[in-house]
Amino acid sequence: MLKKTHFFIFFIFLLAFLAGNLVDPEYLNRAIDTINNWELKIENWKLTIPHFPEKLFRLGLDLQGGAHLIYQADLSEIKEGDKGEVMEGLRDVIERRINLFGVREPVVQVQGNQLIVELSGTVDPAQAVKEIGKTPFLEFKEQKENFQEILENNKKVQETGEGSFEDPFQSTPLSGRYLKSATLAFDQLTSKPLVSLEFNEEGAKLFEELTEKNIGKTLAIYIDGIPISIPKVQEKISGGKAQISGQFTIDQAKDLSRNLSAGALPAPITLISQETVGPILGKISLEKSFRAGVFGFIAILFFMIIFYRLPGLLASLSLLIYIVFNLALYKLFPVTLTLAGIAGFLLSMGMAVDANILIFTRMREEAKEGKNFLICLEEGFRRAWPSIRDGNFSTILVGLILFYLGMSFVKGFAFTLVLGNLIGLFTAVFVTNKLLGIFSNLFQKWNFLW
Amino acid sequence: MNFVKYFKFFNILSTLLFLGAIFSLIFFGLKFSIDFTGGSILEIDFEQRPENQIIQEKLKTLDLGEIVIQPIGEKGVILRLPEINEETHQKIISQLNEISKVEEKRFESVGPTVGKELREKTISLITVSLFFLLCYITIAFSKISRPISGWQYGLISIITLSFDVVISLGIFSLLGKLYNAQFNIPIVTALLTILGYTINDKVIVFDRIRENILKEHKRTFEDLVNLSLNQTLTRSLSTGTCTLLVLLFIFLFGGETLKYFALILIAGIVIGTYSSLFLATPLLVIWLKYRERH
Repeated sequence: MLKKTHFFIFFIFLLAFLAGNLVDPEYLNRAIDTINNWELKIENWKLTIPHFPEKLFRLGLDLQGGAHLIYQADLSEIKEGDKGEVMEGLRDVIERRINLFGVREPVVQVQGNQLIVELSGTVDPAQAVKEIGKTPFLEFKEQKENFQEILENNKKVQETGEGSFEDPFQSTPLSGRYLKSATLAFDQLTSKPLVSLEFNEEGAKLFEELTEKNIGKTLAIYIDGIPISIPKVQEKISGGKAQISGQFTIDQAKDLSRNLSAGALPAPITLISQETVGPILGKISLEKSFRAGVFGFIAILFFMIIFYRLPGLLASLSLLIYIVFNLALYKLFPVTLTLAGIAGFLLSMGMAVDANILIFTRMREEAKEGKNFLICLEEGFRRAWPSIRDGNFSTILVGLILFYLGMSFVKGFAFTLVLGNLIGLFTAVFVTNKLLGIFSNLFQKWNFLW
Repeated sequence: MNFVKYFKFFNILSTLLFLGAIFSLIFFGLKFSIDFTGGSILEIDFEQRPENQIIQEKLKTLDLGEIVIQPIGEKGVILRLPEINEETHQKIISQLNEISKVEEKRFESVGPTVGKELREKTISLITVSLFFLLCYITIAFSKISRPISGWQYGLISIITLSFDVVISLGIFSLLGKLYNAQFNIPIVTALLTILGYTINDKVIVFDRIRENILKEHKRTFEDLVNLSLNQTLTRSLSTGTCTLLVLLFIFLFGGETLKYFALILIAGIVIGTYSSLFLATPLLVIWLKYRERH
């Protein structure tokens, strides 16, 4: 029986050792280096112990700096059934755009009509916002039914200065979504610069239909809501190639073709919310919360030892195991650590010792009735269990609700809360109990230890 | 110790606290951050920090509307502005650069629709959490029906939890009045944490009452409540102290961003511990007495 407990404790410590090294492999790897460098007696033979894998914590925006941007897409021109696809298209374009200027692991998510972009660390956020803003929104428009009427009206408005202009063109399904590539070219007759477009298969078909329908009329090519070029359609065009021949300088044409190549937006987007944090501020926050954690742990250690003596010390040991397990799992999952998440974790340390406090106070109650240590341990655990169970489960319940209904920032926090509770149940109840059991001889001999 | 004797005192104290919090909320209100209202916040470090007046003067030409300037640390300044776009943001930076070289530390700009969404979501989150807790406690305590049944424990938990949240909010509105503390996303997280933590406290007190009811048949309900209070007191104070110790260090070392977060958690946990012991149990007794009379 005793052997089994010893084996269990040994296993837990081994696991904690591995977890600890996952959290910070530096010391172990340095030790491995030293061993590898030993001059062994056997010739031509050297130890090559592999290093413990180094894995970094995934830090949130507020801890490592970066940008969190929310874009609202205007889908009013798009058919209900196509909306999902358009949003996916938007995401791909923006992602490609961000990859172009080399951000590590950008996260671009679609949420309803919104596009959430998260950029971490190294980039200058202002630059990123600017680059994304450069992504052109390309659309092809055809004449409205009362085209001439609107033109005349607009002319009148211009002359008299009364009334308002109306766009004589209306949207068509053909947009930047179907663009395959864009290149700089020159007009063969006038040698003016122009941008040559190539559509993908679907786009080529749409373009063919559009030109067929509009022979003899004009088509307008809009970029970012402004008509750049309004060519007249002479004949049906198949093969999916088109040209934009605005009044470009060579540089303008070059820029436009490059921007279009990187992706043209299938729908216009506007930046509705942004949050950027400089890397220095993030680093300071990380250091400060780390320090708060260390001091918090030491304070709990003192409190537990003063009030609960040796059991308190053993509970602190389980708390240390609890901390190491949690941090290791943050790396394994991985969980994105934010300031609120870390604060939640630090708070959960206080809640993790609660189970121990419940058991210890129960044990003392039993001891007052003159029972011996082993019985007190068993009874204390048995009686404290319903409270521990209901208390933890209700907290986990809140955590789960937050996780499923919460906004993104609450989600990370809720995850750490639930994870912390589950691990806390294991270490504070199970591990502490086994540790107490191992030392039961000591406790029975010297009552003052508890 | 005979706590039941002092229940009247605790009831008066709880009522006063509650009225005080409501008063503070009505008259001072909460200073909602831009997360909720929309707007912009810009934190910068100057090489040589100028007077607020000079910054105001410099930005006047941009016609930004109301700007609140708050110095922070040795060289830093926080500017609170209405919502601005990226172009204006860059213009502000270049204007300020003319005074003294600046380094941007943080910039946030939130549209009004995002803020509104967040407000609605926060309220629904808290309501849904309370509802599920009511269900859970009703089920967990369904074994005992005498003298008070499971759903009544549930309802009293919810009442006291709401008490905790309201008092914490009241204290926060006072902080907002005195120190311009902003009600932002971390504070919402803190409120939800208070909910998760103090429900634990209440369940543990009720659990002790449940156990004593099943064990001791001869005593009166008031006696049992008093016994349970005495038994859980040490545990509640011990756990409270442990948690408060950690929070104290977050408050001391957590820096500007975590200061109010830690403070409202400290307030919430003190209040939660108090209400689990001295609001939830008197309510149980009052409810029972009321039923016996009718």
